[in-house]
Amino acid sequence: MNKGRWKIADTVLYTGTLYTARDQAHKRLVETIRAGKNPPIDLAEAVIYYAGPTPSPVKNMIGACGPTTSSRMDVFTPILLEHGLRAMVGKGARSEEVRKAIKKYGAVYFLTIAGAGAYLSTKIKSARVVAYKDLGAEAIYRLEVEDFPLIVGIDARGKSIY
Amino acid sequence: MKTVSVRSIKDLVARLCVEANIILRPDIEAALRTGYRQEANKRSREILGMLLENSRLARTRKLALCQDTGMAVVYVDVGQGVRLTGGSLEHAVHQGVREGYRKGYFRESVVRDPLSRKGKLSGAPAVVHTSLVPGDKVTVTVSPKGFGSENKSRVKMFLPTDTTDTIKKFIVKTVEEAGPSACPPFVIGVGIGGTFEMACYLAKKSLLRPVTKRNRKPGLKKLEQALMRDINNLHIGPMGLGGKTTCLGVNILDYPTHIAGLPVAVNIGCHATRSATGNL
Repeated sequence: MNKGRWKIADTVLYTGTLYTARDQAHKRLVETIRAGKNPPIDLAEAVIYYAGPTPSPVKNMIGACGPTTSSRMDVFTPILLEHGLRAMVGKGARSEEVRKAIKKYGAVYFLTIAGAGAYLSTKIKSARVVAYKDLGAEAIYRLEVEDFPLIVGIDARGKSIY
Repeated sequence: MKTVSVRSIKDLVARLCVEANIILRPDIEAALRTGYRQEANKRSREILGMLLENSRLARTRKLALCQDTGMAVVYVDVGQGVRLTGGSLEHAVHQGVREGYRKGYFRESVVRDPLSRKGKLSGAPAVVHTSLVPGDKVTVTVSPKGFGSENKSRVKMFLPTDTTDTIKKFIVKTVEEAGPSACPPFVIGVGIGGTFEMACYLAKKSLLRPVTKRNRKPGLKKLEQALMRDINNLHIGPMGLGGKTTCLGVNILDYPTHIAGLPVAVNIGCHATRSATGNL
């Protein structure tokens, strides 16, 4: 992912990997980093998707999987950016602190279609839990997605769509 | 006296959980369709189109409309001529929710201990509102409430001398602060009067009314229409990216209140405000 090339409001159809992480997974990731240990996913390679999917009767799949409110992750985001994270996907605005950190590290924050969980699930080709299985829907899932619709919310220059 | 087993209520609750989570309410679908037709902002129109496609996919593939299948709020109206048999009504409702959420492959989003956040997640318990009503029917409504919008809801105790205009400003401000992350276009539930908790209950309950129907009291109908205009003038739009479609409906319920107070609650409903009703 070349984070520098996008400007706010650009639309992107993303094909690749997303890692889901929401409130409790963020708390654990940051606790792990603060304890001087390695997080269970390579942050520098990861695109983190703020989402907690519904389960699916099909193996290695999930059901509805739309974004959750990004601002709840704001307190954890700067430290993740400091430790290599460069791309996030969610819904809604971010704090000023997060916007500045995105600019500082040349990262990018994407929006995706809020409340369209069933629609977005059709863009997900496979899903498996890679960390924090005990958290249920809040575990970290590795998703392989195809043509997943994204809108640039905050670009690497720190410009915000809101 | 008519007899209804709590087991049959459990089964009904389970069925309604599935229905509410996968079938978008016809009034909401119609309002989204109207928004799609009238929206001038190209991107907002595209997003509304995706939301309509989302509804079609959820219905045909039996998928949850939204991954946040909510915390289930269940309203049980028990006719006074009904005798309930076979155990606890409230346990039956929780069990029905548990079964419905498993059967529908819905997300189990309820955490048992709100402070420690520890323990396995579950679909239950539900929040249960039971009323005794005339007649010999049992009517059950299941309304799964997502928390992206729930988190942005507010209650305020106004002075009895405050003006309707002040209250309007509070409601519009609440919606403005809900902004992009609470999944606009919204359904806005407003409860006016009663006590602290009654105003909240009314705000929540008003979300069950179809957005196409206005309050029967002429003053409240006018207030609903005025609020709808003001809220749409915020131009938050779908996903908060602008456009005309910020609000699908404003539903107000009121109740008499105390001479010293004027409670007002605003419950934000997302564009997948869900509910399903059945009878026994």
